[in-house]
Amino acid sequence: MVSFGHAAYFAAGGYTVAVLAQHGIDAALIAWPAAVVVAALLAAVVGALSLRTTGIFFIMITLAFAQMVFFALVAVKAWGGNDGLPLDARSVLPGIDLRNASVLYFVCLGLLVAFVALAAQLVESRFGMVLRGARSSERRTLALGFPTFRYKLIAFVVAGAGAGLSGALWAEYARFVSPDMASWTRSGEFLVMVILGGLGSLAGAVYGAAVLLGLESFLAGFTEHWMLPLGAILLVIVLFAKRGLYGWLAGTNDG
Amino acid sequence: MAEAALAVSGLRKAFGALVVSDDVALEVRTGECHALIGPNGAGKTTLLAQLAGEVVPDAGTIRFGGRDVTRLGPDARARLGIARSFQITTLIGDFTAEDNVALAVQARSATSMRFWKPAARDAALREPARAALVRVGLGARAGTRASDLAHGEQRLLELAIALAQEPAVLLLDEPMAGLGHDESHAMIALLREIKPAVAMLLIEHDMEAVAELADRVTVLVSGRAIASGSYAAVRTDPRVREAYLGDDG
Repeated sequence: MVSFGHAAYFAAGGYTVAVLAQHGIDAALIAWPAAVVVAALLAAVVGALSLRTTGIFFIMITLAFAQMVFFALVAVKAWGGNDGLPLDARSVLPGIDLRNASVLYFVCLGLLVAFVALAAQLVESRFGMVLRGARSSERRTLALGFPTFRYKLIAFVVAGAGAGLSGALWAEYARFVSPDMASWTRSGEFLVMVILGGLGSLAGAVYGAAVLLGLESFLAGFTEHWMLPLGAILLVIVLFAKRGLYGWLAGTNDG
Repeated sequence: MAEAALAVSGLRKAFGALVVSDDVALEVRTGECHALIGPNGAGKTTLLAQLAGEVVPDAGTIRFGGRDVTRLGPDARARLGIARSFQITTLIGDFTAEDNVALAVQARSATSMRFWKPAARDAALREPARAALVRVGLGARAGTRASDLAHGEQRLLELAIALAQEPAVLLLDEPMAGLGHDESHAMIALLREIKPAVAMLLIEHDMEAVAELADRVTVLVSGRAIASGSYAAVRTDPRVREAYLGDDG
């Protein structure tokens, strides 16, 4: 199941931080959890409706919700509308100076490691077994007695919460949020990262993000038309390494 | 007399003009094997799908231990104690044999909302899973990926999964399909051993298996139950001979 609307939760997280800052709440320990909760709630609503469908319909419904979020953000004048909302300063984390760029980097890295570790644990848990079973054969998993919808919804909410956290961190980094965060090209970028790295593996998504952003800066150093060679590289990967870079590196039998 | 474990009455299902279940009634008691036979396209698998909750009937009722389950979905029925095997092997291919069974054990244990402890080292899941594998003779293959098992082994794994669900009603969709001679005999012996504890509904083309296992046989032709009785009585029924068994009966 591929969600084409993860930008919506990314934006939800970013805007939560920005709007709280606008109202004078700049404590990271309040703003970041709030961002996660707002994104998770949004994902719960979208998931409850979209997970009743599968395949192309699921992709379209998740996309439609993301577009609704995008246009809603454009419409809200109090949050800057189309122009977005700048943050006067980064949030405050007790004892850690987020104004320092490398400190912010390591905070982000630490949270990434924590989230990946959490997700990896989840995959190996009883809950994860049901989820993997449903991915492989939903019919069998239902026949065993698992209400698969509930499991998929929880996974969807966890993914939305993660996107919300990354949106919050993005807002801190850029000190700016705009409806662009929820645009469908952003969702597409997330998907490219996942496909590049390898669908269905946690490490793959991390590799994919790193490789995509790395390639982007590398190619942009040569030409302003860097998207052209990037597209060609993507094409080759999709055609020849169907399990993505990670699947290719890790061998054929390791999921 | 106690109520049957599974009782079906007036069951009707049509896909457009094609009637696949036409006023079907049958029951299965605990300790009994009720075989469902009939030519291809008679509606046997669709009937089983209705009993399992995958297909919703147009009319009629399905009762499980006296309780009306006609409107329940497949997951709810499985939790009540109705297990099924699939005609076309439906395993989780990238799980090991043991993982496949462990998932079934987990479904019975009511606590799958555990997000932290690794399921692979969970003795509460692993021990019953291994026991079920040993019971069907797959003990040595526990660590093999389900998709790497031979066909006969996959059929046995299907059965081990159903057993691990500890069902009261066991719906078997052609468990002998594709098995060799020796494998069929092993499967028959295994089903005979399981039979006393469950109500078994068996769809099967292998007449040797039906003769060995079935206490009652219902013959389904074009969605209608045209005859029901002991195997000996059914095979001599002229309507059945005409419709199904043909000359080789």
